[in-house]
Amino acid sequence: MASVLIDGIDKNYGPTSVLRGVSLSIADGEFLTLLGPSGCGKSTLLRILAGLEVQDAGSISIGERAVDGRRPKRRDVAMVFQSYALYPHMTVASNMALPLRMSRLSAFQRLPLLGHLLPGTARTAAEIEVEVTRTAKSLGIGHLMARKPGQLSGGQRQRVAVGRAMVRHPAVFLMDEPLSNLDAKLRVQMRAEIKELHQRLGVTFVYVTHDQAEAMTLSDRVAVMLDGELLQVDPPQDIYADPDDRRVAEFIGSPKINMLEGVVRERGLIDLAGSTLTIEADALPGAPLTLGIRPEAFYLVDYGGPGALTGSVRMIEHMGSDLFVHLDLAGLDHPLIARLLAERAPHIVPGQTLHVGVRPDRVLLFAGDGRRLRRKVESGRASVTPIREIAR
Amino acid sequence: MSEPLALSGAPDEPSPTRGVRTFPTAAASLGRRRAFTEAMAAWTLAGPAVCFLLVLFFLPVIGVFVIALTDWQFGARTLSFVGLANFREVFADDGFRTSLLNTVIYVLIVVPGTLIPGLLIALLIESGKSCRSFYRAIHFLPFMATLTAMAIAWEALLHPTIGLVNQTLAAIGLPTANWLRDENTALPVLAVIGVWQNLGYAMVLFLAGLKSIPQDLYDAADVDGADLWLDQLRTVTLPMLGPVSMFIVIVIALRAFEAFDTIQILTQGGPGHASEVLLYTLYRESFVYLRTGYGAAVAVVFLAIVVTLTLVQARLMDRKVHYQ
Repeated sequence: MASVLIDGIDKNYGPTSVLRGVSLSIADGEFLTLLGPSGCGKSTLLRILAGLEVQDAGSISIGERAVDGRRPKRRDVAMVFQSYALYPHMTVASNMALPLRMSRLSAFQRLPLLGHLLPGTARTAAEIEVEVTRTAKSLGIGHLMARKPGQLSGGQRQRVAVGRAMVRHPAVFLMDEPLSNLDAKLRVQMRAEIKELHQRLGVTFVYVTHDQAEAMTLSDRVAVMLDGELLQVDPPQDIYADPDDRRVAEFIGSPKINMLEGVVRERGLIDLAGSTLTIEADALPGAPLTLGIRPEAFYLVDYGGPGALTGSVRMIEHMGSDLFVHLDLAGLDHPLIARLLAERAPHIVPGQTLHVGVRPDRVLLFAGDGRRLRRKVESGRASVTPIREIAR
Repeated sequence: MSEPLALSGAPDEPSPTRGVRTFPTAAASLGRRRAFTEAMAAWTLAGPAVCFLLVLFFLPVIGVFVIALTDWQFGARTLSFVGLANFREVFADDGFRTSLLNTVIYVLIVVPGTLIPGLLIALLIESGKSCRSFYRAIHFLPFMATLTAMAIAWEALLHPTIGLVNQTLAAIGLPTANWLRDENTALPVLAVIGVWQNLGYAMVLFLAGLKSIPQDLYDAADVDGADLWLDQLRTVTLPMLGPVSMFIVIVIALRAFEAFDTIQILTQGGPGHASEVLLYTLYRESFVYLRTGYGAAVAVVFLAIVVTLTLVQARLMDRKVHYQ
């Protein structure tokens, strides 16, 4: 059980800067996910945490002790690798027992034949076996102990890798994209198992992934990384609904958030795509800004006018309960994607002209540099021009 | 007979019902024709190689087996079958037994003598950062060089009076020897030359093997606490080099069994029979003493040993080393 403090970490490979001033505090028992596209430095940060790489600047504390310069085994962390990194020549039992053998048996006791003759070896080995068996049973791999990794399925290997990390009772679990080698169905199942494992063990988890679904479902907090920088660290729902940065808003959410360029006309009015929305913005008239609107923030209205956007339907994706409607708007090069409830939006056909309203409280405003412009939403006051709502 | 059946559905058959009845038969005929064409193509492509294999490999092997059963002497116009008499003589012959023992000793020095230093050099080169290709190249040179020429160079080095080896030993006050003319040193010295020649080859193969070990395994070993050099060697490096080591053992063992050129040039099997190995015995019996029947029997024994060794090693390799 330990908290983790990452303070001002820099890392360069030659002229390439991989991490720039990354600082992050992880609470004891928290499940924190480092989320970002490949190449953003999240795995490097995890490897620095584990002690497999050395940072160029900054420091790492685990359990309120600085661990910089300590070897991985002295940091009380366990790591699950993307490739599982199981030793192919060892059985499942030996794979899982290795960390315990390394920590509890001396170098002499580990010698192939001679080691068994030394006092205490047999007793310690028996204790290790008991613990390994108990851990394996708790993961449902008790029957696989005599097999080698090559004889296991992907999901089973994954469990062995988790088991090898678990037997040591580490203070911090580090997981580097542990599910990315599994097929979609197994991934969802293992995701649930990892969540359960975290709840059962109650230790700190640092989990690296590029899959936002994993990050959203597993985490207490998500740390979004891009180009070696930490953009935002917040609970999943805030990362989605209240992003600090345009890049975070664009990275999270599927389908992607709609980004529309607009201009402030006057206080409370923003012109965009041939329409005017009533939205309070903390910007001077004439200032350009970007409106981020999630697909589900749209609703169907029956005629155009102020506060509504009008476009022609390019394509419809049926998702069962929802429809993703792609709308071509005048003056926009990308189609707008609106998520509408299927039952409320019948008979939409491609080519049709459609009017959609926008929930003003769901519009995210971004400045030209990508910074979020927060605004005070006055509760009780409908800030959209009242037009008759026919959907939702 | 399928041939007439196949032809009955051919399109040029003058049959009034052709359009209706012949369709499936025509398809079958087409399939057969394609199979025939494929078979022809296969034989055409494989044919030259098969011919060469037959003429250059299988026929000579059969020839050796036949000659081993005769008393033929090289160049003689007559021969008679003597059954297994040559084999009885081979196994009763002290010279052959010495030769067999020498071969085994030679192989037992060359194989571990190549394998272990080869691995150590590969580990050293891999652990360093600079001049890797230089070290690789200088260790690989002996393998590339013409062994006959190198043997002559070794002869000069090992010369009892003016050779560099003895002069160096004398200069630092160590005892010298007539390396190639002393029956206690001739075979070990030849084995050392064999090691010297094969070392670079083993090293290059080990380097390739080391490169293919995933870094993740070393990282996992680090996190699991196996972070000292020896622990990593035992946990990751050596087991992961299993397949390549087995391959090297087989190749080097076969090359050691085939040792001939250095022996022919440096010692001619001497002094006495001290450095005589199987292939050299075979050569001398067949082409010096012209006892070709006897030589062929030695060749058969040699072939049996090599084939057995290969099969045993291949079996072990599949079972022990591939971790599946």
